Amino acid sequence: MNNREIILHTNSVGKYFYDPIKFKAIDDISFDVYKGEFLTLVGKSGSGKSTLLYCLSTMDTAYEGELYIKGEKVTGKKPNELANIRNCTIGFIFQFHYLLPEFSCLMNIMLPALKLNKYTYEEVEQRAYEKMKLLDIEDQALKPASKLSGGQQQRVAIARALINDPAIIMCDEPTGNLDSKNTQIVFEIFNRICHELGQTIIAVTHDLDFAKASDRTIELADGKIISTYENN
Amino acid sequence: MKRKANVEIALTHIVARRKQTFTAALGVTIGVGVYLFMNSLSAGFSKFSRGEIFKNSAHIKIYKNDEICSPFIPNSKQDNVNVIVNPQITTLSKKIIDPENLLNVVKSQSYVTNAISQVYFDAFYNRGKAQIRGTGNGVNIIDYDAMFSTSKYMVAGSINNLQGNLNGIIIGSGIAEKLNLGINENITVSSSFGIVKVMKIVGIFTTGNSLNDQSRSYVNIATAQQFIKEGPSYVSTIFVNTPNADRSGYYAEQLQQLTEYTVEDWQTTSADLLSGDKTRSTLMNSISLSILLMTAFIIYNLLSSTIMQKINDIAILKATGFSGTDVISIFLMEAVIMGLIGTIMGMILGAVLIWMMSGIYMGGPVGYFPISFELSLFIQSFVLGIVITTCAGYFPARNAANVDPVEIFRK
Repeated sequence: MNNREIILHTNSVGKYFYDPIKFKAIDDISFDVYKGEFLTLVGKSGSGKSTLLYCLSTMDTAYEGELYIKGEKVTGKKPNELANIRNCTIGFIFQFHYLLPEFSCLMNIMLPALKLNKYTYEEVEQRAYEKMKLLDIEDQALKPASKLSGGQQQRVAIARALINDPAIIMCDEPTGNLDSKNTQIVFEIFNRICHELGQTIIAVTHDLDFAKASDRTIELADGKIISTYENN
Repeated sequence: MKRKANVEIALTHIVARRKQTFTAALGVTIGVGVYLFMNSLSAGFSKFSRGEIFKNSAHIKIYKNDEICSPFIPNSKQDNVNVIVNPQITTLSKKIIDPENLLNVVKSQSYVTNAISQVYFDAFYNRGKAQIRGTGNGVNIIDYDAMFSTSKYMVAGSINNLQGNLNGIIIGSGIAEKLNLGINENITVSSSFGIVKVMKIVGIFTTGNSLNDQSRSYVNIATAQQFIKEGPSYVSTIFVNTPNADRSGYYAEQLQQLTEYTVEDWQTTSADLLSGDKTRSTLMNSISLSILLMTAFIIYNLLSSTIMQKINDIAILKATGFSGTDVISIFLMEAVIMGLIGTIMGMILGAVLIWMMSGIYMGGPVGYFPISFELSLFIQSFVLGIVITTCAGYFPARNAANVDPVEIFRK
């Protein structure tokens, strides 16, 4: 296990909330995440799992300790540099789909890639269609995002997270809002992303079945890691 | 459809929220339109009132000013007595010596477009017992017409009839009316020097200014010189026109170096009229600028509420790698597009208002309302419209850039 490539590393990350009283939401968290791993973070409500994810996501910068992504220290970087890291290295999937309602599904998926500006418009369009094919939604491409069912919207959100081939995909309750059939679909997609495409997934969930099906689960309570177990 | 991501987002927002875009653009339209219209009104009227000034007065006049003796003659030696005299006008004659030469020198300057000499005299127009007091102008009527376009105001006869006719006179319509005289009739003119002449009316003019029409008359220079018992070398004033009326102060300084006589530009002569003009245009400017500023608030408000509604979208954009600068540029672009549409429509609105106003007859000497299309005002309105809407858009855009995505996602 130790010879695998470390993609994300935290060194004693902690975070305080000050409102309404000073309170340590996460405390001294250190762990490694490997390339191609499907990692889940579980814990009761208020255990700090979402807070930890937002620290890892680089969106929340008000934490102590250090965060390394792909061996590079990201703690202390400027907001615009962090935006670049999110753009090309991290994909996000949320409990609520957060698609841009004025845009077609295709454009929702394409926007992060257009922002990256690495490929031409035609190439981006073609890549977006490939991702949609992977998620079996290519026939919805030109519909407005708001016209899709919840399961379809979540798949569009996943395609958007994948468009720039990020090394890490972070999910906050990705199945929290889905029925069991769609949950199953999302889970299968995640497995393929990790094991066939070699991308890493870090997912926060309170769905224990979903957690059990991942490669490794870290359980948090009161801001601390209380157990880590490998699932088979 | 190949656009950068920021442009794509801004345009999609603009199109998806057509109604708001239109409302904002309409606000700018009214602001810019009224700004352009009011400034054109003010500019048109300034032009008109300046034209009124130049009806009877040129850009620069050269005349002999009264000389006042020095009231105090200090003595260099201590024990001598200082002499103090009452200040008195010591001018013996207001004549300009060798006016032909001076006129030629003035005319030869590169910045002088036209120069004429003139002889004034106090005239009394008589018929029977009736008498009107006024001013006679001794001029070369053809040159005078070239400078003041007197022929435009002729209601009877022609200025050409005066040329070379030493016994002819052109009088104002007020004089003709009061003395009940018509063209080709005789009028008795006397001067303060006791000269009395019976002259033939060869023309009648109406300038619309009753003071002028009831007092002014034109005769040949030689006739005027006879009225004041002066020889052919007497001239009271030389009028000079320059290519640019606004720079006449500078030209007057240049001319002053050529002559000992007083050189005065029209801005000094008509300082009262000019200050009134300035007050009015400042007033108009500040009113129209406040209206334009109000439109800026429309943009500000609309964009602020759009951003509040789109706070989730902004969070997701930031999560997927759009930086604060990108967010600012997206919303700024939207403001500029609204501003651009509004400004262009505003210029059309302004142009329509100007066109309508120019067709309104005001009567009297003004005629149709003095307003015209001025390119410089159109450019000014355009630039101001864009600058103000951009500024109004910047502040909400900056707020959008400061949205913390974590705060939104945690809700």
